[in-house]
Amino acid sequence: MTSSDSQTVAPETPAVESKVMTYLEAISEGLCDEMRRDPDVLLMGNDIGGDFGGAFKVTTGFSEEFGDRRVMNMPMTELGFIGAASGMALFGLRPVVEVQFADFISTGFDSIVQYAATTHYRWQAPVPWVIRAPSDGGIRSGPFHSQNNEAWFVHTPGLKVVAPSTPVDAKGLLLTAIRDDNPVIFFESKPLYRSLRDVVPAGDCAVPLGRARIARPGRDISVITYGATVHQAVAAAVELAAEGIDVEVIDLRSLKPLDTDAVLASVTKTGRALVTHAANRLGGVGAEIAAVIVEEAFEWLDAPVARLGGLDIPVPSSPPLEDAYRPDAGKIAASIRRLVAF
Amino acid sequence: MASQLTNGRRRELHYWMRLTRTLDDRIIKLWQQGRGVGATFNQRGHEAISVGAGAALGPSDVVAPMHRDLGCYLLRGMTPERLLANQLGRATSVTRGRDGNLHGCGDLDLNIIGFISHLPHSLPVTVGAAMSFTYRNEPRVAMTFVGDGSSNTGLFHESLNLAAVHNAPFVLIVENNQYAYSTPLSQQMVIDDIAVRGRAHGVRAEIVDGNDLEAVYEVTYDAVERARSGGGPTMIECKTMRMLGHAIHDGAGYVPPDLLADWAKRDPIDRFEATLLAGGLATQEELDQVADRCRREVAAAVEYAEGSEWPDPATILDGVYAE
Ligand SMILES: Cc1ncc(C[n+]2csc(CCOP(=O)(O)OP(=O)(O)O)c2C)c(N)n1
Ligand SMILES: [Mg+2]
Repeated sequence: MTSSDSQTVAPETPAVESKVMTYLEAISEGLCDEMRRDPDVLLMGNDIGGDFGGAFKVTTGFSEEFGDRRVMNMPMTELGFIGAASGMALFGLRPVVEVQFADFISTGFDSIVQYAATTHYRWQAPVPWVIRAPSDGGIRSGPFHSQNNEAWFVHTPGLKVVAPSTPVDAKGLLLTAIRDDNPVIFFESKPLYRSLRDVVPAGDCAVPLGRARIARPGRDISVITYGATVHQAVAAAVELAAEGIDVEVIDLRSLKPLDTDAVLASVTKTGRALVTHAANRLGGVGAEIAAVIVEEAFEWLDAPVARLGGLDIPVPSSPPLEDAYRPDAGKIAASIRRLVAF
Repeated sequence: MASQLTNGRRRELHYWMRLTRTLDDRIIKLWQQGRGVGATFNQRGHEAISVGAGAALGPSDVVAPMHRDLGCYLLRGMTPERLLANQLGRATSVTRGRDGNLHGCGDLDLNIIGFISHLPHSLPVTVGAAMSFTYRNEPRVAMTFVGDGSSNTGLFHESLNLAAVHNAPFVLIVENNQYAYSTPLSQQMVIDDIAVRGRAHGVRAEIVDGNDLEAVYEVTYDAVERARSGGGPTMIECKTMRMLGHAIHDGAGYVPPDLLADWAKRDPIDRFEATLLAGGLATQEELDQVADRCRREVAAAVEYAEGSEWPDPATILDGVYAE
């Protein structure tokens, strides 16, 4: 997948070959490319600098290349340093903030939803920062290192919210998020960091925000999802193909703006829809998507729209409990069978 | 340090204080007459701080004035017309009716950062602005204001610490007006001086009489120039008194009358006018002329704001995002 809009390729970008890399390496490369291209891009966060390179090592080697001036280790003050990022952004810089885990973003909540999100509407000043939020579970990290809190931000006017599911999109959406003139929350999926590899184009492979992709085409039912759950849905689709059920998987990529056209195009083709995500179901992004489908595509539906999400509980630590909490390929397949049999 | 103020500049600053008081008084009248929209803050008692500190900034410096800093907005170039239109929710206002009162009155062309209700969020934002000047090697300084109440927040401490760690070209004016809404200092903190909170973070902190225009100006000017030359952040605690309610709806019956009577003798404008007269820098006639000019300008602003169109609901979705 390559850039489809008019983002310019920096002239100094060397014509290097595409490489196989992990989801995490793709994020790292996106950050590095953008910092080389634009001197106004800088990084802020806990433990991102020096030889340490962040809790997940996304910024390994960055201090060496860009210096502490552009790779700013922050004191443990999310509310304060996200506020400072807004101040830098107001004066033309493009800070990319790493919160150590998406769970800790709540500590900076006011700086995001009250200050940054409202500023352009109120006095027309752009606040172009990105917050990188390592989210999601399945890795036995418990209630405070496993959250998927994207719904808080999708519910906030003035923010954009992105959740890539592949290495290509991780790099491509990050480039676009950094170049966007609005505050963007970039949800990275921790379980994908090192488990997922793909060929990622070198250089500028910006992916536009607000456009979903068809992760797997199919005719019988649409599974609408994002993040790591995309891979669970694709696994379910492979399993169900053997049973003669042809599943289409829509990877939303951006949650705000939401590509409702792509969702509706798929559902009006298949007549059935399952919306699924790892975040808890109640009040989740899936509820909004289900509502849009019912409002806009009611007469195409052959079955009720179903939702499958996490349970309405804090994310438990212990493997059997966490597995019971999360949607997975098996649960997705079971939901699909019910909908197809409806 | 010798005064940086010329006599001409002194007269200018007197004008800005008088304009602030005149506009504030006029706003109170408008609201009493039922011509206001929503809430409006009171300014009385804060004129020397907002004008004195704001005047110490250079042209390319940045400021985030707060809800007691009408004078700072005015002298940094935001007109009474635009400010009043904001208070009245008109299409011609700074926020095009998106925000009200003094909220959101930011304009990057004037190097003014707008504020949100949540206190003290202009503080980390202004520290970030100052850090951006260091990043780009620009000889600029960023300044903002907070109240005594806001100095109790975690964000106050986070921001001062961040400013200290990054040696940011940053100046914080603390407007200690004895109250946070109805809560007196004695129920907010056990320390005598908020300045110690700055020092605790390694930020240089000064204490100044907030009703003395020249004193506020001098100490702020030194802080601004020190910040500009790499000397790092300064916090300045200005001791004053909020002379009216928190906002227009608040009669402030909780403030002991003796306290107000005491501070009334130290009114910042009366005091500065007495200094001007005593030093032969202005005659009573000249002061009266300034008052007349301010009344005329405020009357014109009222006419402009009240005559301005309401925002068109068809535009309601415009501007949520930067395109
Ligand atoms: C986080 C937050 N909580 C509550 C309020 C409501 N509120 C508005 S002004 C104010 C008092 C502020 O006191 P202070 O900081 O001393 O400033 P002053 O109004 O006295 O100038 C309060 C409680 C607010 N604006 N922000
Ligand atoms: Mg106060």
